[in-house]
Amino acid sequence: MLNIKSAPIQARDNLISQKVDSLPPSGIRKFFDLLSFMEDVISLGIGEPDFVTPWHIREAGTYSLGKGYTMYTSNSGMLELRQELTNYLELHYGVSYHPEHEILITVGSSEGLDLAMRAIINTGDEVIIPDPCYVAYSANIILAGGVPIPIPTSAENNFVIEATEIEARITKQTKAILIGYPANPTGAVMSKSECSAIAELAKKYNLLVISDEIYARLVYGVEHICFPSLPGMKERTILIGGFSKSHAMTGWRIGYVAAEGRFIQALTKIHQYTMLCAPTMAQMAAIEALRNGESEVEKMVQEYNRRRRLMVKRLNEIGLSCFEPKGAFYAFPSIKATGMNSEEFAERLLIEEKVAVVPGPAFGPCGEGFVRCCYATSLPNIEEALGRISRFVSKHKKVQYQMR
Amino acid sequence: MKEIFEILEQNARATTEQISTMVDKPVSEVERIIKQAEKDGAILKYKAIINWTKLGEGDIWALIEVRVTPQRGVGFDAIAERIYQFPEVYSAYLVSGTYDLAILVKGKNMQEISSFVTEKLAPLERVQSTVTHFLLKRYKENGETFHLPKEINKRLPITP
Repeated sequence: MLNIKSAPIQARDNLISQKVDSLPPSGIRKFFDLLSFMEDVISLGIGEPDFVTPWHIREAGTYSLGKGYTMYTSNSGMLELRQELTNYLELHYGVSYHPEHEILITVGSSEGLDLAMRAIINTGDEVIIPDPCYVAYSANIILAGGVPIPIPTSAENNFVIEATEIEARITKQTKAILIGYPANPTGAVMSKSECSAIAELAKKYNLLVISDEIYARLVYGVEHICFPSLPGMKERTILIGGFSKSHAMTGWRIGYVAAEGRFIQALTKIHQYTMLCAPTMAQMAAIEALRNGESEVEKMVQEYNRRRRLMVKRLNEIGLSCFEPKGAFYAFPSIKATGMNSEEFAERLLIEEKVAVVPGPAFGPCGEGFVRCCYATSLPNIEEALGRISRFVSKHKKVQYQMR
Repeated sequence: MKEIFEILEQNARATTEQISTMVDKPVSEVERIIKQAEKDGAILKYKAIINWTKLGEGDIWALIEVRVTPQRGVGFDAIAERIYQFPEVYSAYLVSGTYDLAILVKGKNMQEISSFVTEKLAPLERVQSTVTHFLLKRYKENGETFHLPKEINKRLPITP
């Protein structure tokens, strides 16, 4: 007979993995919740293009559905797309990859980033990242069992991660350097010499470089340096890219990873068990984007550039000093003149003037004192938002003065 | 420089200051370029694109194909000018193909347009024939789309 009375079942409190449980929620979430109850808000907090995907690309997507391309593709993605992609990378950045075993088509660059982390990290491995940086970097590293090592960056250095700072934090556990330039949230870009310095470190300490170049096409008046194009870097770089920002295709979820065969093989192993393949329709659309999308890309870049100049000039006029962002579609002004911290600034600006910006610390502690303002929104919206910010700033500067 | 005009073509109300910031050129230079273009006729006019149907105004439009006999020395220009001077003519083009002039005509009602055709256009000496197409619906004009469903904001208010 079974002894039912023995050992009462303890209420389990560990149903969620510790790793996930201790992962802090994205700092952006809170504002999202606040916002959903408000009307007439102008949001500068959006991290995606305001353009709809160019019509010829959408048309290619619908055409593929009409033709019945609704099945899986190979794990690596359609060969035709990989071929177009290698041509594209060669043409724009002078890096050569073999379409058959050096490219993996992913579900957005986000998947590529996750795969790269999972494919290279052993438990306890350290991965160097800039602070501030894109919200997913440290989460991806932690979920893969690694330890993110943030390197402080500052407005004085245009938020570029510096080789000397990196070197000071390299340990036996350091496995890789994860960088993303042009940068979200700062709009910073890296010069060739800055990239080269990091490349030298990677060689010296035998490190991998994961280069997230999702914003590569959105640069203004400077040339984008594709990391693997630096001498000796192709063999130790995992290049991550996508179509979301360049071709305004965020919702399609289509991106890619380019690297030497051994890395692509490793990433593909995880990809085949988790994603199988990127959406077929999105792959067909991406082929069209690569073949005929250039003029649309240039048009969008030109438009972003106009808005960028307008926003940066106005922010500086308002008294929120802002270094010149030369990439992506973000301005990252300092809000220290108001005497508030970033969170307070963002929250009060939203409540008092109905303008949404993202507080800098959402992207890392070094973001304190800054907010992210996205200029991927219409000119009238930018004008109106900046007018409201101006009113807000002068009101609060005055209050400070009276208190003194 | 071309960029200045592209901005104005999109938004004729953009101020010189705004344009100067957007193209990263001094205000004085932008002003000078615009003034010059106005003088040269490169900028013809600043107009608004009105969706009259929204205002409850129902003008009638017709696209008329006109076949004409060209004239020695002046080709199609003389007869074209005789036609486009009529205030009813909104746009006029010389085109290749089976007819010569394509003109867009505006009238208060169908009667007004048909009397323009029968009494003014067709009797002109060098006009051989006309074919009138009444416009049923306007989808897009000067690069701007009409009849779009109300734009809904498809983006989430905050994204990473």
